[in-house]
Amino acid sequence: MTVDDRFVRDFREGQEEPLGTRNEIITGPVSDWATDFSHVEPEWAADPYPIQDDLRGRCPIAHTERFGGGWLPTRYEDVAAIAYDTEHFSSRAIIMSNYRPPRDIAPVGAVPPISSDPPFHHDARKLLLPAFTKKEVAKREEAARAFCHSLIDGFEGAEIVDAARDYAQHIPMRVMADMLGFPPEDGPRFREFVEHALEGVNLPPEQRVANMGELFDYLLEQIRDHVADPRDDLTTYLIDAELYGRKLEPSHVAGTMALLLIAGIDTTWSAIGASLWHLAKTPADRERLVAEPGLLPTAMEEFLRAYAPVTMARLVKDDMHWRGVDMKADDWVLLSFPAANRDPAQFDRADEVIIDREINRHAAFGLGIHRCVGSHLARMELRVALEVWLERVPVFGLADPSTVTWAPGQVRGPRTLSLRIG
Amino acid sequence: MKVQIDPERCQGHGRCYDLSPDLFTEDDEGYGQVAGDGVVPAGGERAARVAASNCPEKAIVLVEEA
Ligand code: HEM
Ligand code: HEM
Ligand code: SF4
Repeated sequence: MTVDDRFVRDFREGQEEPLGTRNEIITGPVSDWATDFSHVEPEWAADPYPIQDDLRGRCPIAHTERFGGGWLPTRYEDVAAIAYDTEHFSSRAIIMSNYRPPRDIAPVGAVPPISSDPPFHHDARKLLLPAFTKKEVAKREEAARAFCHSLIDGFEGAEIVDAARDYAQHIPMRVMADMLGFPPEDGPRFREFVEHALEGVNLPPEQRVANMGELFDYLLEQIRDHVADPRDDLTTYLIDAELYGRKLEPSHVAGTMALLLIAGIDTTWSAIGASLWHLAKTPADRERLVAEPGLLPTAMEEFLRAYAPVTMARLVKDDMHWRGVDMKADDWVLLSFPAANRDPAQFDRADEVIIDREINRHAAFGLGIHRCVGSHLARMELRVALEVWLERVPVFGLADPSTVTWAPGQVRGPRTLSLRIG
Repeated sequence: MKVQIDPERCQGHGRCYDLSPDLFTEDDEGYGQVAGDGVVPAGGERAARVAASNCPEKAIVLVEEA
Protein backbone atom coordinates (compact mmCIF):
# COMPACT_ATOMS: atom_id res chain seq x y z
CA MET A 1 0.00 0.00 0.00
CA THR A 2 1.33 3.42 -0.86
CA VAL A 3 1.25 6.15 1.72
CA ASP A 4 -1.38 8.78 1.12
CA ASP A 5 0.77 11.88 0.86
CA ARG A 6 -1.87 14.24 -0.47
CA PHE A 7 -2.33 15.84 2.94
CA VAL A 8 1.27 15.95 4.19
CA ARG A 9 1.76 19.36 2.70
CA ASP A 10 -0.85 21.98 3.43
CA PHE A 11 -2.83 22.03 0.18
CA ARG A 12 -3.09 25.79 0.48
CA GLU A 13 0.68 26.28 0.32
CA GLY A 14 1.88 27.82 -2.88
CA GLN A 15 -1.68 28.74 -3.83
CA GLU A 16 -2.14 32.39 -4.59
CA GLU A 17 -5.01 34.09 -2.86
CA PRO A 18 -7.80 33.47 -5.36
CA LEU A 19 -8.12 36.62 -7.42
CA GLY A 20 -11.79 37.21 -7.75
CA THR A 21 -13.24 40.68 -7.29
CA ARG A 22 -14.13 42.75 -4.26
CA ASN A 23 -16.54 45.62 -4.01
CA GLU A 24 -17.07 48.40 -1.53
CA ILE A 25 -18.92 47.23 1.59
CA ILE A 26 -22.17 49.15 2.15
CA THR A 27 -24.04 48.75 5.44
CA GLY A 28 -26.71 50.68 7.29
CA PRO A 29 -30.49 51.06 7.13
CA VAL A 30 -32.18 50.17 3.87
CA SER A 31 -33.79 53.15 2.11
CA ASP A 32 -36.20 51.23 -0.13
CA TRP A 33 -36.33 47.42 -0.21
CA ALA A 34 -37.11 47.45 -3.93
CA THR A 35 -33.90 49.25 -4.87
CA ASP A 36 -31.57 48.85 -1.88
CA PHE A 37 -32.32 45.49 -0.24
CA SER A 38 -29.92 43.86 2.20
CA HIS A 39 -30.50 40.48 3.77
CA VAL A 40 -27.98 41.16 6.54
CA GLU A 41 -29.66 44.20 8.11
CA PRO A 42 -31.49 43.68 11.44
CA GLU A 43 -34.94 44.44 10.01
CA TRP A 44 -34.68 41.49 7.62
CA ALA A 45 -33.33 39.18 10.33
CA ALA A 46 -36.15 40.11 12.70
CA ASP A 47 -39.00 39.50 10.21
CA PRO A 48 -38.34 39.19 6.47
CA TYR A 49 -41.84 38.02 5.49
CA PRO A 50 -43.67 41.37 5.37
CA ILE A 51 -40.77 42.75 3.32
CA GLN A 52 -40.97 39.85 0.89
CA ASP A 53 -44.77 40.04 0.63
CA ASP A 54 -44.59 43.77 -0.08
CA LEU A 55 -41.95 43.24 -2.79
CA ARG A 56 -43.88 40.41 -4.40
CA GLY A 57 -46.79 42.82 -4.82
CA ARG A 58 -44.98 45.89 -6.12
CA CYS A 59 -41.55 44.82 -7.43
CA PRO A 60 -41.22 41.06 -7.76
CA ILE A 61 -37.59 41.20 -8.86
CA ALA A 62 -36.04 43.75 -6.50
CA HIS A 63 -32.57 45.21 -6.92
CA THR A 64 -29.71 46.43 -4.75
CA GLU A 65 -26.44 48.23 -5.39
CA ARG A 66 -25.01 46.66 -2.24
CA PHE A 67 -22.71 43.64 -2.53
CA GLY A 68 -21.60 44.94 -5.91
CA GLY A 69 -25.14 44.59 -7.32
CA GLY A 70 -27.82 41.96 -7.03
CA TRP A 71 -31.43 40.90 -7.55
CA LEU A 72 -34.10 39.46 -5.28
CA PRO A 73 -36.98 37.56 -6.89
CA THR A 74 -39.85 36.84 -4.50
CA ARG A 75 -42.30 34.88 -6.67
CA TYR A 76 -42.20 31.08 -6.52
CA GLU A 77 -42.24 30.91 -10.29
CA ASP A 78 -39.11 33.05 -10.67
CA VAL A 79 -37.20 31.33 -7.86
CA ALA A 80 -37.96 27.94 -9.42
CA ALA A 81 -36.97 29.10 -12.90
CA ILE A 82 -33.57 30.30 -11.63
CA ALA A 83 -32.93 27.15 -9.60
CA TYR A 84 -33.57 25.10 -12.76
CA ASP A 85 -31.59 27.33 -15.11
CA THR A 86 -27.95 26.38 -14.55
CA GLU A 87 -27.10 27.65 -18.01
CA HIS A 88 -27.61 31.31 -17.12
CA PHE A 89 -27.05 31.24 -13.34
CA SER A 90 -23.89 29.85 -11.77
CA SER A 91 -23.39 28.37 -8.28
CA ARG A 92 -19.71 29.30 -8.22
CA ALA A 93 -20.63 31.48 -5.25
CA ILE A 94 -23.66 30.75 -3.13
CA ILE A 95 -23.17 33.20 -0.29
CA MET A 96 -24.04 36.76 -1.34
CA SER A 97 -21.11 38.78 -0.01
CA ASN A 98 -18.69 41.45 -1.18
CA TYR A 99 -16.39 38.99 -2.89
CA ARG A 100 -16.89 37.15 -6.16
CA PRO A 101 -14.59 34.22 -6.76
CA PRO A 102 -12.87 34.19 -10.17
CA ARG A 103 -14.79 32.71 -13.08
CA ASP A 104 -12.29 29.92 -13.61
CA ILE A 105 -13.17 28.45 -10.20
CA ALA A 106 -16.28 27.03 -11.96
CA PRO A 107 -17.44 24.31 -12.46
CA VAL A 108 -15.90 22.86 -9.26
CA GLY A 109 -16.05 25.85 -6.91
CA ALA A 110 -14.67 26.04 -3.37
CA VAL A 111 -17.10 23.68 -1.67
CA PRO A 112 -18.39 20.97 -4.04
CA PRO A 113 -21.11 20.09 -4.85
CA ILE A 114 -23.03 23.16 -3.67
CA SER A 115 -20.54 25.49 -5.39
CA SER A 116 -20.36 23.36 -8.54
CA ASP A 117 -22.00 23.73 -11.93
CA PRO A 118 -22.73 21.03 -14.51
CA PRO A 119 -21.20 18.79 -15.63
CA PHE A 120 -18.87 18.40 -12.64
CA HIS A 121 -21.68 18.94 -10.14
CA HIS A 122 -23.40 15.64 -10.85
CA ASP A 123 -20.30 13.57 -10.14
CA ALA A 124 -19.38 15.39 -6.94
CA ARG A 125 -22.95 15.05 -5.71
CA LYS A 126 -23.19 11.37 -6.61
CA LEU A 127 -20.31 10.66 -4.21
CA LEU A 128 -22.40 11.90 -1.30
CA LEU A 129 -25.87 10.58 -2.10
CA PRO A 130 -25.54 6.97 -0.84
CA ALA A 131 -24.52 8.13 2.65
CA PHE A 132 -27.58 10.37 2.95
CA THR A 133 -30.51 8.23 1.83
CA LYS A 134 -33.52 7.84 4.09
CA LYS A 135 -32.56 4.23 4.81
CA GLU A 136 -28.97 5.16 5.68
CA VAL A 137 -29.87 8.06 7.99
CA ALA A 138 -32.48 5.93 9.77
CA LYS A 139 -29.53 4.09 11.32
CA ARG A 140 -28.70 7.25 13.27
CA GLU A 141 -32.18 7.78 14.66
CA GLU A 142 -31.75 5.85 17.89
CA ALA A 143 -28.57 7.67 18.86
CA ALA A 144 -30.12 11.02 17.97
CA ARG A 145 -33.15 10.25 20.13
CA ALA A 146 -31.02 9.25 23.11
CA PHE A 147 -29.00 12.43 22.70
CA CYS A 148 -32.16 14.61 22.66
CA HIS A 149 -33.29 12.92 25.88
CA SER A 150 -29.92 13.60 27.49
CA LEU A 151 -30.20 17.31 26.60
CA ILE A 152 -33.60 17.50 28.27
CA ASP A 153 -32.30 15.57 31.30
CA GLY A 154 -29.77 18.39 31.52
CA PHE A 155 -32.52 20.98 32.12
CA GLU A 156 -32.85 19.50 35.63
CA GLY A 157 -35.96 21.27 36.81
CA ALA A 158 -35.05 24.68 35.35
CA GLU A 159 -38.09 26.88 34.76
CA ILE A 160 -36.63 28.79 31.85
CA VAL A 161 -34.34 27.30 29.20
CA ASP A 162 -32.90 28.60 25.96
CA ALA A 163 -34.25 26.14 23.42
CA ALA A 164 -31.97 27.43 20.65
CA ARG A 165 -28.75 27.42 22.62
CA ASP A 166 -29.36 24.54 25.03
CA TYR A 167 -31.29 22.20 22.74
CA ALA A 168 -31.65 22.88 19.00
CA GLN A 169 -28.03 23.70 18.19
CA HIS A 170 -26.55 20.64 19.88
CA ILE A 171 -28.51 18.07 17.92
CA PRO A 172 -27.08 18.68 14.43
CA MET A 173 -23.65 19.42 15.90
CA ARG A 174 -23.56 16.00 17.50
CA VAL A 175 -24.93 14.25 14.41
CA MET A 176 -22.43 15.94 12.07
CA ALA A 177 -19.49 15.31 14.43
CA ASP A 178 -20.47 11.62 14.49
CA MET A 179 -20.88 11.39 10.72
CA LEU A 180 -17.59 13.13 9.96
CA GLY A 181 -15.76 11.39 12.81
CA PHE A 182 -14.77 14.57 14.68
CA PRO A 183 -14.45 14.70 18.48
CA PRO A 184 -17.92 15.47 19.89
CA GLU A 185 -16.47 18.00 22.31
CA ASP A 186 -15.43 20.22 19.37
CA GLY A 187 -19.06 21.35 18.96
CA PRO A 188 -18.50 24.93 20.15
CA ARG A 189 -15.76 25.39 17.54
CA PHE A 190 -18.19 24.30 14.78
CA ARG A 191 -20.52 27.04 15.91
CA GLU A 192 -17.77 29.59 15.38
CA PHE A 193 -16.96 28.28 11.90
CA VAL A 194 -20.60 28.41 10.91
CA GLU A 195 -21.08 31.96 12.16
CA HIS A 196 -17.96 33.11 10.38
CA ALA A 197 -18.92 31.63 7.05
CA LEU A 198 -22.56 32.66 7.01
CA GLU A 199 -22.98 35.69 9.20
CA GLY A 200 -19.69 37.49 8.68
CA VAL A 201 -20.32 38.51 5.07
CA ASN A 202 -19.78 42.23 5.71
CA LEU A 203 -16.57 41.81 7.72
CA PRO A 204 -13.35 43.20 6.24
CA PRO A 205 -11.63 40.84 3.78
CA GLU A 206 -8.59 40.20 6.00
CA GLN A 207 -10.91 39.01 8.74
CA ARG A 208 -12.85 36.78 6.30
CA VAL A 209 -9.61 35.22 5.10
CA ALA A 210 -8.33 34.65 8.64
CA ASN A 211 -11.62 33.06 9.67
CA MET A 212 -11.59 30.76 6.65
CA GLY A 213 -8.01 29.84 7.51
CA GLU A 214 -9.04 28.62 10.96
CA LEU A 215 -11.70 26.34 9.53
CA PHE A 216 -9.28 24.78 7.08
CA ASP A 217 -6.57 24.40 9.73
CA TYR A 218 -9.07 22.42 11.75
CA LEU A 219 -10.16 20.29 8.79
CA LEU A 220 -6.59 19.52 7.81
CA GLU A 221 -5.88 18.39 11.36
CA GLN A 222 -8.87 16.03 11.22
CA ILE A 223 -7.91 14.75 7.76
CA ARG A 224 -4.37 13.96 8.86
CA ASP A 225 -5.69 12.16 11.91
CA HIS A 226 -7.93 10.05 9.63
CA VAL A 227 -5.13 9.31 7.16
CA ALA A 228 -3.11 7.91 10.07
CA ASP A 229 -6.08 6.11 11.56
CA PRO A 230 -8.86 5.39 9.03
CA ARG A 231 -12.38 4.92 10.42
CA ASP A 232 -15.86 4.13 9.23
CA ASP A 233 -16.99 7.73 8.76
CA LEU A 234 -17.44 10.36 6.07
CA THR A 235 -13.95 11.81 6.45
CA THR A 236 -12.28 8.49 5.68
CA TYR A 237 -14.86 7.91 2.95
CA LEU A 238 -13.94 11.20 1.25
CA ILE A 239 -10.21 10.57 1.65
CA ASP A 240 -10.63 7.20 -0.10
CA ALA A 241 -13.25 8.29 -2.65
CA GLU A 242 -12.38 8.30 -6.34
CA LEU A 243 -13.61 10.40 -9.21
CA TYR A 244 -12.59 9.81 -12.82
CA GLY A 245 -10.29 6.97 -11.64
CA ARG A 246 -8.31 9.14 -9.24
CA LYS A 247 -8.49 10.09 -5.59
CA LEU A 248 -10.04 13.51 -4.99
CA GLU A 249 -8.02 16.69 -4.98
CA PRO A 250 -7.12 17.60 -1.38
CA SER A 251 -9.05 20.85 -1.76
CA HIS A 252 -12.14 18.88 -2.83
CA VAL A 253 -11.92 16.64 0.26
CA ALA A 254 -11.54 19.63 2.58
CA GLY A 255 -14.11 21.73 0.71
CA THR A 256 -16.79 19.04 0.92
CA MET A 257 -16.07 18.54 4.61
CA ALA A 258 -16.42 22.29 5.14
CA LEU A 259 -19.72 22.22 3.28
CA LEU A 260 -21.13 19.34 5.32
CA LEU A 261 -20.08 20.97 8.55
CA ILE A 262 -21.59 24.32 7.62
CA ALA A 263 -24.65 23.14 5.70
CA GLY A 264 -25.42 20.38 8.18
CA ILE A 265 -25.48 22.40 11.37
CA ASP A 266 -27.12 25.77 11.49
CA THR A 267 -29.73 24.87 8.88
CA THR A 268 -31.15 22.10 11.03
CA TRP A 269 -30.60 24.05 14.24
CA SER A 270 -32.68 26.84 12.64
CA ALA A 271 -35.45 24.49 11.59
CA ILE A 272 -35.74 22.92 15.05
CA GLY A 273 -35.63 26.34 16.73
CA ALA A 274 -38.21 27.94 14.43
CA SER A 275 -40.61 25.02 14.95
CA LEU A 276 -40.32 25.27 18.74
CA TRP A 277 -40.73 29.06 18.52
CA HIS A 278 -43.96 28.61 16.55
CA LEU A 279 -45.32 26.06 19.02
CA ALA A 280 -44.32 28.22 22.00
CA LYS A 281 -46.41 31.11 20.70
CA THR A 282 -49.29 29.03 19.32
CA PRO A 283 -50.82 26.98 22.16
CA ALA A 284 -53.55 25.49 19.95
CA ASP A 285 -51.00 23.93 17.59
CA ARG A 286 -48.85 22.74 20.48
CA GLU A 287 -51.79 21.08 22.22
CA ARG A 288 -52.96 19.46 19.03
CA LEU A 289 -49.53 17.95 18.32
CA VAL A 290 -49.20 16.67 21.87
CA ALA A 291 -52.62 15.00 21.49
CA GLU A 292 -52.00 13.75 17.92
CA PRO A 293 -48.31 12.85 17.57
CA GLY A 294 -49.11 11.18 14.23
CA LEU A 295 -49.66 14.62 12.73
CA LEU A 296 -46.08 15.68 13.38
CA PRO A 297 -44.61 14.69 9.97
CA THR A 298 -47.27 16.80 8.24
CA ALA A 299 -46.85 19.71 10.66
CA MET A 300 -43.09 19.58 10.21
CA GLU A 301 -43.41 20.12 6.46
CA GLU A 302 -45.54 23.17 7.20
CA PHE A 303 -42.88 24.56 9.54
CA LEU A 304 -40.30 23.96 6.82
CA ARG A 305 -42.49 25.80 4.32
CA ALA A 306 -43.43 28.76 6.49
CA TYR A 307 -40.06 29.21 8.20
CA ALA A 308 -37.75 27.82 5.52
CA PRO A 309 -34.31 28.47 6.99
CA VAL A 310 -32.19 28.52 3.85
CA THR A 311 -31.72 31.17 1.15
CA MET A 312 -29.12 30.52 -1.54
CA ALA A 313 -27.42 32.74 -4.09
CA ARG A 314 -26.32 32.52 -7.71
CA LEU A 315 -24.15 34.66 -9.98
CA VAL A 316 -25.50 35.75 -13.36
CA LYS A 317 -23.25 34.28 -16.05
CA ASP A 318 -23.63 36.85 -18.85
CA ASP A 319 -25.48 40.11 -19.43
CA MET A 320 -29.10 39.34 -20.26
CA HIS A 321 -32.64 40.60 -20.20
CA TRP A 322 -34.51 38.31 -17.82
CA ARG A 323 -38.25 38.54 -17.14
CA GLY A 324 -38.28 42.31 -17.47
CA VAL A 325 -34.99 43.25 -15.81
CA ASP A 326 -31.50 43.84 -17.19
CA MET A 327 -29.14 41.51 -15.40
CA LYS A 328 -25.40 42.05 -15.77
CA ALA A 329 -22.71 39.40 -15.74
CA ASP A 330 -21.66 38.73 -12.12
CA ASP A 331 -24.76 40.29 -10.58
CA TRP A 332 -25.90 38.30 -7.56
CA VAL A 333 -29.30 36.68 -7.38
CA LEU A 334 -30.50 36.08 -3.84
CA LEU A 335 -32.49 32.88 -4.25
CA SER A 336 -35.07 33.05 -1.50
CA PHE A 337 -36.75 29.70 -1.02
CA PRO A 338 -38.47 31.26 2.03
CA ALA A 339 -40.09 33.92 -0.20
CA ALA A 340 -41.10 31.31 -2.79
CA ASN A 341 -42.74 29.28 -0.03
CA ARG A 342 -45.03 32.16 0.89
CA ASP A 343 -46.19 33.07 -2.61
CA PRO A 344 -50.01 33.09 -2.65
CA ALA A 345 -49.93 32.12 -6.33
CA GLN A 346 -48.45 28.77 -5.26
CA PHE A 347 -50.02 28.14 -1.83
CA ASP A 348 -53.51 28.68 -0.45
CA ARG A 349 -53.46 30.90 2.62
CA ALA A 350 -49.72 31.23 2.09
CA ASP A 351 -49.21 33.53 5.08
CA GLU A 352 -50.89 31.18 7.56
CA VAL A 353 -49.30 28.24 9.34
CA ILE A 354 -51.69 25.31 8.85
CA ILE A 355 -50.23 22.29 10.60
CA ASP A 356 -52.42 19.79 8.77
CA ARG A 357 -51.81 21.24 5.29
CA GLU A 358 -52.06 18.20 3.07
CA ILE A 359 -50.78 19.59 -0.21
CA ASN A 360 -47.45 21.23 0.40
CA ARG A 361 -45.13 21.38 -2.58
CA HIS A 362 -42.66 23.62 -0.73
CA ALA A 363 -39.09 24.35 -1.76
CA ALA A 364 -37.31 24.54 1.63
CA PHE A 365 -34.70 22.05 0.43
CA GLY A 366 -34.24 23.72 -2.93
CA LEU A 367 -35.33 22.67 -6.41
CA GLY A 368 -33.48 21.04 -9.26
CA ILE A 369 -30.00 19.59 -9.32
CA HIS A 370 -28.83 21.08 -6.00
CA ARG A 371 -31.69 19.57 -3.94
CA CYS A 372 -30.35 19.39 -0.39
CA VAL A 373 -28.29 16.23 -0.06
CA GLY A 374 -28.99 16.30 3.67
CA SER A 375 -32.79 16.58 3.42
CA HIS A 376 -33.49 13.07 4.72
CA LEU A 377 -31.04 13.57 7.57
CA ALA A 378 -32.48 16.98 8.41
CA ARG A 379 -36.03 15.61 8.41
CA MET A 380 -35.03 12.78 10.72
CA GLU A 381 -33.31 15.18 13.13
CA LEU A 382 -36.20 17.63 13.08
CA ARG A 383 -38.80 14.92 13.68
CA VAL A 384 -36.87 13.28 16.51
CA ALA A 385 -36.04 16.63 18.15
CA LEU A 386 -39.70 17.66 18.13
CA GLU A 387 -41.02 14.23 19.18
CA VAL A 388 -38.73 14.08 22.19
CA TRP A 389 -39.40 17.70 23.15
CA LEU A 390 -43.20 17.33 22.96
CA GLU A 391 -43.09 14.06 24.89
CA ARG A 392 -40.89 15.44 27.67
CA VAL A 393 -41.97 19.10 27.71
CA PRO A 394 -45.59 19.16 26.53
CA VAL A 395 -46.33 22.54 28.11
CA PHE A 396 -44.17 25.54 27.22
CA GLY A 397 -44.38 29.14 26.09
CA LEU A 398 -42.18 32.12 25.25
CA ALA A 399 -40.60 33.50 28.42
CA ASP A 400 -40.27 36.95 26.89
CA PRO A 401 -40.97 37.47 23.17
CA SER A 402 -38.79 40.59 23.08
CA THR A 403 -35.62 38.59 23.83
CA VAL A 404 -35.91 36.19 20.88
CA THR A 405 -33.10 36.82 18.38
CA TRP A 406 -32.74 35.52 14.82
CA ALA A 407 -29.59 34.79 12.84
CA PRO A 408 -28.96 37.37 10.14
CA GLY A 409 -27.92 36.32 6.65
CA GLN A 410 -28.85 33.43 4.42
CA VAL A 411 -29.63 30.87 7.08
CA ARG A 412 -32.31 32.17 9.39
CA GLY A 413 -33.51 30.72 12.66
CA PRO A 414 -33.73 31.63 16.35
CA ARG A 415 -30.38 32.02 18.11
CA THR A 416 -31.84 32.97 21.50
CA LEU A 417 -35.17 31.40 22.43
CA SER A 418 -36.05 31.59 26.11
CA LEU A 419 -38.90 29.25 26.91
CA ARG A 420 -40.78 28.86 30.15
CA ILE A 421 -41.08 25.14 30.75
CA GLY A 422 -41.78 25.01 34.49
CA MET B 1 -54.73 4.18 -12.20
CA LYS B 2 -50.97 3.87 -12.63
CA VAL B 3 -48.12 5.92 -11.18
CA GLN B 4 -44.91 6.80 -13.00
CA ILE B 5 -41.87 8.86 -12.05
CA ASP B 6 -40.20 11.02 -14.65
CA PRO B 7 -36.51 10.28 -13.95
CA GLU B 8 -35.47 13.50 -15.73
CA ARG B 9 -37.31 15.55 -13.12
CA CYS B 10 -36.92 13.46 -9.94
CA GLN B 11 -34.24 14.86 -7.61
CA GLY B 12 -34.75 12.48 -4.71
CA HIS B 13 -36.71 14.70 -2.32
CA GLY B 14 -38.43 11.52 -1.15
CA ARG B 15 -41.83 13.03 -0.48
CA CYS B 16 -43.39 10.19 -2.48
CA TYR B 17 -41.88 7.34 -0.48
CA ASP B 18 -42.41 9.22 2.80
CA LEU B 19 -46.09 9.79 2.15
CA SER B 20 -47.07 6.74 0.11
CA PRO B 21 -44.62 3.94 0.92
CA ASP B 22 -46.89 1.30 -0.61
CA LEU B 23 -46.56 2.90 -4.02
CA PHE B 24 -42.99 4.25 -3.99
CA THR B 25 -39.56 3.23 -2.73
CA GLU B 26 -36.08 4.72 -2.93
CA ASP B 27 -33.03 3.57 -4.86
CA ASP B 28 -29.48 3.49 -3.46
CA GLU B 29 -29.03 7.20 -4.13
CA GLY B 30 -32.40 8.28 -2.74
CA TYR B 31 -34.19 8.80 -6.05
CA GLY B 32 -37.85 7.75 -6.08
CA GLN B 33 -38.82 4.42 -7.63
CA VAL B 34 -42.23 3.07 -8.44
CA ALA B 35 -42.91 -0.02 -6.34
CA GLY B 36 -43.75 -3.03 -8.53
CA ASP B 37 -45.57 -2.30 -11.78
CA GLY B 38 -47.01 1.00 -10.57
CA VAL B 39 -50.62 -0.14 -10.76
CA VAL B 40 -52.47 1.56 -7.93
CA PRO B 41 -54.54 -0.97 -5.98
CA ALA B 42 -58.19 -0.23 -5.29
CA GLY B 43 -58.37 2.35 -2.50
CA GLY B 44 -54.86 3.62 -3.18
CA GLU B 45 -55.85 6.48 -5.48
CA ARG B 46 -55.81 9.00 -2.70
CA ALA B 47 -52.28 8.04 -1.63
CA ALA B 48 -51.16 8.37 -5.25
CA ARG B 49 -52.68 11.84 -5.54
CA VAL B 50 -51.16 12.97 -2.23
CA ALA B 51 -47.70 11.88 -3.37
CA ALA B 52 -48.07 13.53 -6.76
CA SER B 53 -49.28 16.81 -5.30
CA ASN B 54 -46.42 17.00 -2.79
CA CYS B 55 -43.54 16.20 -5.12
CA PRO B 56 -41.57 19.47 -5.30
CA GLU B 57 -40.29 18.65 -8.78
CA LYS B 58 -43.69 17.64 -10.23
CA ALA B 59 -42.01 14.39 -11.27
CA ILE B 60 -44.92 12.05 -10.56
CA VAL B 61 -47.29 11.25 -13.38
CA LEU B 62 -50.70 9.70 -12.72
CA VAL B 63 -52.02 7.73 -15.65
CA GLU B 64 -55.76 7.24 -15.49
CA GLU B 65 -56.78 4.05 -17.21
CA ALA B 66 -59.42 4.39 -19.84
C1 HEM C 1 -33.57 21.88 7.66
C2 HEM C 1 -32.34 21.75 7.30
C3 HEM C 1 -31.80 22.05 5.94
C4 HEM C 1 -32.28 22.89 4.98
C5 HEM C 1 -33.53 23.76 5.02
C6 HEM C 1 -31.38 22.80 3.85
C7 HEM C 1 -31.54 23.50 2.67
C8 HEM C 1 -30.76 23.36 1.55
C9 HEM C 1 -31.00 24.01 0.29
C10 HEM C 1 -32.12 24.99 0.00
C11 HEM C 1 -30.06 23.58 -0.60
C12 HEM C 1 -29.97 23.96 -2.08
C13 HEM C 1 -28.79 24.79 -2.40
C14 HEM C 1 -28.84 25.46 -3.75
O1 HEM C 1 -29.84 25.40 -4.47
O2 HEM C 1 -27.83 26.09 -4.08
C15 HEM C 1 -29.19 22.67 0.13
C16 HEM C 1 -28.10 22.03 -0.41
C17 HEM C 1 -27.28 21.16 0.30
N1 HEM C 1 -27.44 20.77 1.62
FE1 HEM C 1 -28.94 21.30 2.86
N2 HEM C 1 -30.38 21.94 4.15
C18 HEM C 1 -30.60 21.44 5.41
C19 HEM C 1 -29.83 20.52 6.09
C20 HEM C 1 -28.73 19.88 5.57
C21 HEM C 1 -27.99 18.84 6.22
C22 HEM C 1 -28.31 18.23 7.58
C23 HEM C 1 -26.96 18.51 5.38
C24 HEM C 1 -25.90 17.47 5.53
C25 HEM C 1 -25.10 17.20 6.21
C26 HEM C 1 -27.06 19.33 4.20
C27 HEM C 1 -26.21 19.27 3.12
C28 HEM C 1 -26.42 19.90 1.92
C29 HEM C 1 -25.56 19.71 0.76
C30 HEM C 1 -24.33 18.82 0.67
C31 HEM C 1 -26.10 20.51 -0.26
C32 HEM C 1 -25.56 20.69 -1.66
C33 HEM C 1 -26.26 19.83 -2.65
C34 HEM C 1 -25.83 20.08 -4.07
O3 HEM C 1 -25.36 21.16 -4.41
O4 HEM C 1 -25.97 19.15 -4.89
N3 HEM C 1 -28.15 20.16 4.35
N4 HEM C 1 -29.65 22.54 1.42
C1 HEM D 1 -10.14 24.24 -0.13
C2 HEM D 1 -10.07 25.47 -0.18
C3 HEM D 1 -11.12 26.47 0.14
C4 HEM D 1 -12.45 26.34 0.44
C5 HEM D 1 -13.23 25.08 0.52
C6 HEM D 1 -12.99 27.64 0.66
C7 HEM D 1 -14.31 27.88 0.99
C8 HEM D 1 -14.85 29.11 1.05
C9 HEM D 1 -16.19 29.41 1.47
C10 HEM D 1 -17.22 28.40 1.94
C11 HEM D 1 -16.35 30.75 1.40
C12 HEM D 1 -17.57 31.54 1.81
C13 HEM D 1 -18.65 31.42 0.83
C14 HEM D 1 -18.61 32.41 -0.28
O1 HEM D 1 -18.27 33.60 -0.05
O2 HEM D 1 -19.00 32.05 -1.39
C15 HEM D 1 -15.12 31.31 0.91
C16 HEM D 1 -14.87 32.64 0.71
C17 HEM D 1 -13.59 33.15 0.63
N1 HEM D 1 -12.41 32.46 0.60
FE1 HEM D 1 -12.19 30.51 0.57
N2 HEM D 1 -11.99 28.55 0.52
C18 HEM D 1 -10.84 27.86 0.22
C19 HEM D 1 -9.59 28.35 0.03
C20 HEM D 1 -9.29 29.69 0.15
C21 HEM D 1 -7.96 30.23 0.12
C22 HEM D 1 -6.71 29.42 -0.04
C23 HEM D 1 -8.11 31.58 0.28
C24 HEM D 1 -7.08 32.65 0.35
C25 HEM D 1 -6.00 32.67 0.94
C26 HEM D 1 -9.53 31.86 0.40
C27 HEM D 1 -10.06 33.11 0.54
C28 HEM D 1 -11.39 33.36 0.56
C29 HEM D 1 -11.93 34.68 0.56
C30 HEM D 1 -11.12 35.95 0.53
C31 HEM D 1 -13.30 34.55 0.59
C32 HEM D 1 -14.33 35.62 0.51
C33 HEM D 1 -14.56 36.32 1.76
C34 HEM D 1 -15.57 37.41 1.56
O3 HEM D 1 -16.75 37.09 1.34
O4 HEM D 1 -15.18 38.56 1.63
N3 HEM D 1 -10.21 30.69 0.32
N4 HEM D 1 -14.22 30.28 0.73
S1 SF4 E 1 -41.06 13.20 -4.34
FE1 SF4 E 1 -40.63 13.61 -6.47
S2 SF4 E 1 -38.52 14.25 -6.57
FE2 SF4 E 1 -38.88 13.28 -4.64
S3 SF4 E 1 -38.23 11.18 -4.88
FE3 SF4 E 1 -40.39 11.28 -5.21
S4 SF4 E 1 -40.58 11.62 -7.39
FE4 SF4 E 1 -38.50 12.09 -6.88
